[in-house]
Amino acid sequence: MVSNLFAIFFGAILINNFVLTRFLGICPFLGVSKKIETAVGMSLAVIFVMTIASLATWGIQTYLLMPFNMLYLRTISFILVIAVLVQFVEMVMLKATPTLYQALGVYLPLITTNCAVLGVTLLNLNENYTLVQSLMHGFAGGVGFGLAIVVFAGIRERLDFAPIPKALEGFPIALIVAGLLSIAFSGFQGLL
Amino acid sequence: MQLDMRSVIIALASLGTLGLIFGAGLAIAAKKFAVPTDPLYDEVLGALPGVNCGGCGYPGCAAYAAAVARGEVGINLCPVGGNDLLVNLAKIMKLEPAATLERQVATPYCDGGAQEAGTRFLYAGILDCVVANAMSGGDKDCQYGCLGYGSCVKMCVFGAISMDENRIPVVNEAKCTACGMCVKGCPKHIFALRPSSMQVHIRCRSHDKGKDVRKKCSVGCIACGLCVRACPVKAITMENNLAVIDYTLCTNCGLCIEKCPMKTIHGPLSAQSTK
Repeated sequence: MVSNLFAIFFGAILINNFVLTRFLGICPFLGVSKKIETAVGMSLAVIFVMTIASLATWGIQTYLLMPFNMLYLRTISFILVIAVLVQFVEMVMLKATPTLYQALGVYLPLITTNCAVLGVTLLNLNENYTLVQSLMHGFAGGVGFGLAIVVFAGIRERLDFAPIPKALEGFPIALIVAGLLSIAFSGFQGLL
Repeated sequence: MQLDMRSVIIALASLGTLGLIFGAGLAIAAKKFAVPTDPLYDEVLGALPGVNCGGCGYPGCAAYAAAVARGEVGINLCPVGGNDLLVNLAKIMKLEPAATLERQVATPYCDGGAQEAGTRFLYAGILDCVVANAMSGGDKDCQYGCLGYGSCVKMCVFGAISMDENRIPVVNEAKCTACGMCVKGCPKHIFALRPSSMQVHIRCRSHDKGKDVRKKCSVGCIACGLCVRACPVKAITMENNLAVIDYTLCTNCGLCIEKCPMKTIHGPLSAQSTK
């Protein structure tokens, strides 16, 4: 049981990293990764939303969709859950840290359509995870997203001072770096 | 096909209930985490035009309203609202009404379209001035001139700019709000704001020598200085091979328009300015 959770945790962070291996949630990955500070804030928000979304969707899945044989409703009901959670996070964040709220800007409400969040809930379903496993998968998925975006933000902060050919300045070099990071993470394949 | 009403009702009911529960939860959360907004902010935001053009330098009207409400910036940054807005904002912010502003309009300072100005090479890239300009300054012979791919048309959120058949931008002065997006956005800096009552303007940006301008464009300023001598109030000066009008002196008499050998100067009397 514990070793299984361990496998899910490191599997979701390193081997099947949501951003760098599964290519989900690319929009905030590229959008909010200019500064480490905002990247950390974004990943905390995503970790929270992913974990709670895993919990809530597991409940909906087990006690509502399965008994009434309504699996076809899972996409819309999961999106509903995620949207509500994001709204909630937005309110809390505006109250608690207005600066971070300003820095994240439009990317905060965009977590609603962050496919990594919907992805984690649907993967939980496909893998027939139990509640604890779902929670762990959601949490680890968020941590993996956070790891990718913070590493990427760190590289991008240094890129500002690097001598880059003019044609590659700004976004092009960021995309190249993202590709290299993804290749680097493919080295974790077969770790477990 | 037989429609199973029971499953439809269950689906409706369960999703509806979920929505209601979540909605109630959010409503409670909204009350609990409510952040009191500055009433001043709401008033300022209400007074602003709400077109979010970015002419003030802020991402949108809301951001500018917040800055005004905090008293960080002046109330005169919004180019769209004009005098009415200034008066309203001054009232809201309890400031002395500022001096009235003359309405301004964006003007393209180049008239060398496809017919008048030659090209250096055949450009076959993306039809956008910014992209073309990155290609060693674009395909126009004159490196100061309008590239004619209409990036300004796309930039203008008010739809005031169109390209004529000669590939030169035409500003619909009635629609122009002087937000200045074209002034900032044009890679060749063709646009500038000009007081709308001052209709005489010199449509050229070239700092090339007169001889070179003649080779490249049939309507460019060749810095001959006839307008400088013709001007009765000495409003025109020659700066770096380009005639410049000082609008604090200009009287709109139009004598320079008649004298200009290249027909570079436009104004109320020239036929081209009405096109």
